[in-house]
Amino acid sequence: MVDRGWLGISGIGRRAIDIFLRLGFAARFLGLTLVNSGVCLRRPRLVSREVYFSGVLSLVIILVSGLFVGMVLGLQGYQTLRTYGSESALGVLVALSLLRELGPVITALLFASRAGSAVTAEIGLMKATEQLRAMEMMAVDPIARVVAPRFWAGVISTPLLTAMFTAMGIYGGYLVGVVLLGVDEGSFWSQMQNSVDFREDIVNGLLKSLAFGFAISWIAVFEGYDAPPTAEGVSGATTRTVVTSALTILFLDYILTSLMFRGL
Amino acid sequence: MERSSLDVWVGIFVVGGIVALLILALKVGNAGDLLRAGPTYTLTANFENIGGLKPKAPVRSAGVVVGRVASIDYDPESFNAVVTLKIEQRYSKFPKDTFASIYTSGLLGEQYIGLAPGGDEKVLANGDRISKTQKAVVLEDLIGQFLTGRAGEPTAK
Amino acid sequence: MGGSGCGKTTLLRLIGGALRPSAGSVVVDGEPVGALDRDGLYRLRRKMGMLFQFGALFTDLSVFDNVAFPMRERTALPEPIVRDLVLMKLHAVGLRGAAKLMPAELSGGMARRVALARAVALDPELIMYDEPFTGLDPISLAVISNLIRTLNNALGATSIVVTHDVRESMKILDYCYLMAEGQIVARGTPEEMLASEKPYARQFFHGEMDGAVPFHYPGADYGTELGLGDHGR
Repeated sequence: MVDRGWLGISGIGRRAIDIFLRLGFAARFLGLTLVNSGVCLRRPRLVSREVYFSGVLSLVIILVSGLFVGMVLGLQGYQTLRTYGSESALGVLVALSLLRELGPVITALLFASRAGSAVTAEIGLMKATEQLRAMEMMAVDPIARVVAPRFWAGVISTPLLTAMFTAMGIYGGYLVGVVLLGVDEGSFWSQMQNSVDFREDIVNGLLKSLAFGFAISWIAVFEGYDAPPTAEGVSGATTRTVVTSALTILFLDYILTSLMFRGL
Repeated sequence: MERSSLDVWVGIFVVGGIVALLILALKVGNAGDLLRAGPTYTLTANFENIGGLKPKAPVRSAGVVVGRVASIDYDPESFNAVVTLKIEQRYSKFPKDTFASIYTSGLLGEQYIGLAPGGDEKVLANGDRISKTQKAVVLEDLIGQFLTGRAGEPTAK
Repeated sequence: MGGSGCGKTTLLRLIGGALRPSAGSVVVDGEPVGALDRDGLYRLRRKMGMLFQFGALFTDLSVFDNVAFPMRERTALPEPIVRDLVLMKLHAVGLRGAAKLMPAELSGGMARRVALARAVALDPELIMYDEPFTGLDPISLAVISNLIRTLNNALGATSIVVTHDVRESMKILDYCYLMAEGQIVARGTPEEMLASEKPYARQFFHGEMDGAVPFHYPGADYGTELGLGDHGR
C-alpha cells in the first residue's frame, strides 16, 4: 500500500517535471523562431506561400461557419428579445457577441483544427522523412526556412479570417433578422452602430484573435518539430495540437476578456 | 504557372480580410463617426446627478446626434458633475439659454444628453458653460418617491 | 560497412556535425567538427553533400526546385544560371525530363536519383551516402551504384558510403571498413575483405547464418525451458 502510494506520488512528480521540460523547450523554441524570422522579411514569398496553405484554404469553412453562426444568433436572439419587445436591439446583440467573443474564438478553434493540425503534420512528416535533417546538412536552418514562415503565416491569417468570419456572421444575422423575421432594417443597423465602439469592441476583438493566432501557430509548429519521427508520433502530435490549442484559446479568452472589458 | 495563381489567391485573401475589417469598422462600428468627425467645439455643463451617463454618449437636439460626451469630471467645490461636450462645428448656433437634460432612450436603454434651444440672441461659443441643466432621472429615486407617496396617502386622509 | 545498429549512421552524423562527440574528435578537412560553432559548422557543410536513406526530398517542392534548393538558399546565382545548372545535374542522373514532377510522382529509384542530383548540386568535396541501396529493385540498384561511382570520379570528390549491401558496394568501393558494435573490426580493399579470415568479417561478407554473431538470441538452455531439465541431455 505504502509502496503504491509512493509510486503514485513520484509518478505525479515525473509528469510535472515532464511538463516543465516541454514548456521550457517550447519557450526556447519560440525564441529561436522569433530570432530566425528575418528570412520572412527578406523573402516574403516564403510567408505568402504558407498564408495560402493556412489562410486561403481555411476560407470556405470560415465563411460558411460564420454565416451559420450569425443566422443562429439572429434566430435565438430574436426569440429572446421578442419577449421583452426589443427586437430592434437584434443588431446590437448579433454584432457584439460576434465581435467580442464568437468571432475570435470560433475562428481560432476552426483555424487550429483546419490549419494548425496541418502544419503540425507537415513539419512532423518533414522530420520523420529526414527532410529537416537534409536541410540542415545543406547548411540551411530549418527553423528559419520551414518553421518561421509557417508561424508568421498563422499569425497573419487569424485576424484576417476573424474579420471575415465576423462580417459574414453579421450578414447572417441580418438575413435571418431583417429579411426573414422582419426586424426593422433601419433600427437593426443604427442601434448596432450606436452601441458598437470601434476601439472597445472591434480593436479588442482583433487583438484577441491576434493573440489566438500567435498561440495556435506556436503550438502547431512546436508540436510538429517536437514530434517523434514516426507515423504514430506525428498523428499523436497532430491530435495534441488541436487539443492544446482549444484549451489555450478558451483559457486565453477568459484572461483577455477580463483584462479588456473590465470597465464594462 | 502555379506560383502566380497562388499569389493571386493570397492577394484576394488579404484584400478580403481588409475589406471585412473596413465593413466592420464603418458599417457595424462607429469608426465612420471618428473619421467623418469634422471640426468640433467644446461646451461644458454642470449636472447635479448624471445617473448612468458615460463618455462617448450621444448629444442630441430634436433627436439628431449633434455631438458626443467627451469626458465627465467631478467638481469638489460645487459637488456637481462637470460634463464636457464636443459639438460639431456646423451646429454652432445654440442660444445662450439652451437647456441640457439627461434622458434615457427607452426604459432601460443608454443615456444621452438632450439639448433644447432657448430664445436668446447670443450664441454659445467654444468653451462656454451651459447654465441651465436638469439632472438625470434616477430610477431608484422615482420608485422611492412612488412608494413614500403611496405610504403617505392613508395618513393624509 | 557493418550490421544493423553497429553505429554506421551515427558515425556519419558525427562527420556531418549533426551530433557532437561525447569523447574524442572528428576532423574533416582539417577542422574539428565537434568543436565548431554554428557558423563554422555551416561553412564546413557547404563542402559536404549527403544522400539520405530514402532520399529525403522536399515533398512540397518539384524535382526541379528540389535540386535548385541548395543553389537558391546558399548562393546568389541568378535564376538563368540556376536553371542551367539544375538541368545539367538532372541530366547527369538521367531525369532531366522529370524536372516538373513532384516527389510523390516518382518511383523509389527515381527519388533516390533526384536526391543524388541534389546532394551534388554544389559540387561538394565530400559526399556521404546513408544506406543508398536500401529498398531498390535490381535495375535501380545498378543505376544508383554506377551513378555514385561516376559522379564521384567526375567531381573528384571523396565519398563515404554507409551500407550493408555487400554485393553492390564491393563493385564500386576502393577501400572498406567493417564495423561491429561501434568498433572497426576489419579494413582493406574489397579483395582483401572477401578473403579475410576474421570470424566476423567472414560471416558478414559471405552471409553465413551462424558464426561470430550467433543465430540464437542468448537465453536459458532450450531443454530446461521446455521442462526437460530434470532428465538432462
